[in-house]
Amino acid sequence: MSCNEALRVHAYFDGELDAGAAAEAERHLENCPDCVALLRDLEATRATLRESVPYHRASPELRERIADALEDEDGGAPRRRMTWTGMSFLTGAVSGGGVTALAAVLAFFLLLQPPPDLLVADLTNAHLRSLISDHAIDVVSSDRHTVKPWFAGHTDVSPPAVNFASQGYSLVGGRADYIDGHRAAVVVYRHGKHVINVFAWIAGNERLPATTVRNGYHLVFWKSGNIAFCAVSDTGLDEIMTLTDLIQKAGAPVTRE
Amino acid sequence: MSDRRLRFETQALPHLDAAYNLARWLARPPLDADDIVQDALLRAFRAFDSFRGDNVKPWLLSIVRNCFLTAAGRTQSKRTVPMVSEGEPGADDPAWIADEPDPEAAAIGADERRRLDEVIAKLPHEFREVLVLREMEDLSYREIAQITGAPIGTVMSRLARARGMLKERWLSDVEGARHVLQ
Repeated sequence: MSCNEALRVHAYFDGELDAGAAAEAERHLENCPDCVALLRDLEATRATLRESVPYHRASPELRERIADALEDEDGGAPRRRMTWTGMSFLTGAVSGGGVTALAAVLAFFLLLQPPPDLLVADLTNAHLRSLISDHAIDVVSSDRHTVKPWFAGHTDVSPPAVNFASQGYSLVGGRADYIDGHRAAVVVYRHGKHVINVFAWIAGNERLPATTVRNGYHLVFWKSGNIAFCAVSDTGLDEIMTLTDLIQKAGAPVTRE
Repeated sequence: MSDRRLRFETQALPHLDAAYNLARWLARPPLDADDIVQDALLRAFRAFDSFRGDNVKPWLLSIVRNCFLTAAGRTQSKRTVPMVSEGEPGADDPAWIADEPDPEAAAIGADERRRLDEVIAKLPHEFREVLVLREMEDLSYREIAQITGAPIGTVMSRLARARGMLKERWLSDVEGARHVLQ
């Protein structure tokens, strides 16, 4: 273990050597039992550390705290301010027109619902709830023949619930939730250490929001037939997109009348 | 939402877990990893406009590390709570031990896992941090050097020493336990 080449073996193990230096390290390993033992130790240590030592993840409460702090830092509460601006605009626009006209204008604005921002907040909150409470999963199963029929009795839609474990996305179960006034089906996947909630509900005619980020969670939207989908997770956007591609290829969902 | 906030949420917040994991492995009671991470994220947000480069993770983690050192210094001067150093029995504080069961950590028994935690927790922080950054975060020597402000050669030797210490103490722990049993 006291071989002079030990540091180079560490660097070789860490993939830090260029091709020439790596070849040199490999030649050395052929003739040095100490360094071969070291390399084996390094592999064992890493395996133990990655499998048996907890990776501490930020709690949903901390995420909320940070989101609030950023909101404050970012110049107060923009949503509230916007409402006031809108209100004064409306009041100005209909001044003298009476209460009826104001009500009509307000009603017109209300018809433009649901504001995409509310939908995003709705989904983010539902995702957070599922992480905080024990209510993450109603039906625990990696078997599509268990999860999909369960939705039939509990939600308005039966989205595909396929286990993509071989691609790195394990189906862990399903849940019923309430999104945008609909009983939504939620298919729960696990990707590495991350949970991905895939929400599915009956869509109206409104346009879905674009892919967005809220509180550090990615939200990816798409539509299939008259079903709206949204995948929510704190894993990388590419990882979520891979899953949404898999789901879209897996087949069309079924709506019940 | 401001442009800065949008960029921050897209580029920096995805590394929040990495920030928290580092803070949890560095900070010991009475220091609170949540406070350190919140402080760090806020500082990062304020400085985000001046951040140049495309690799946010090491930049963010270096801020977390600085916030930890600042908080540790403050604690030390105010309450004279010593930083944990080698051989100090400090890990029997239950708050330090992993509080949530991790279903993926089933490779070794719960008792052994707890002891491994303790062994890592008792490493001096400059060794603990290179171990966490390399083995858990999978960062390169260059990135670790950027975070810790140490030259790459120092990172290499610290990492090698950290691995050696971990193996030695872990084994002596296990053997010690076996010895007691026999």
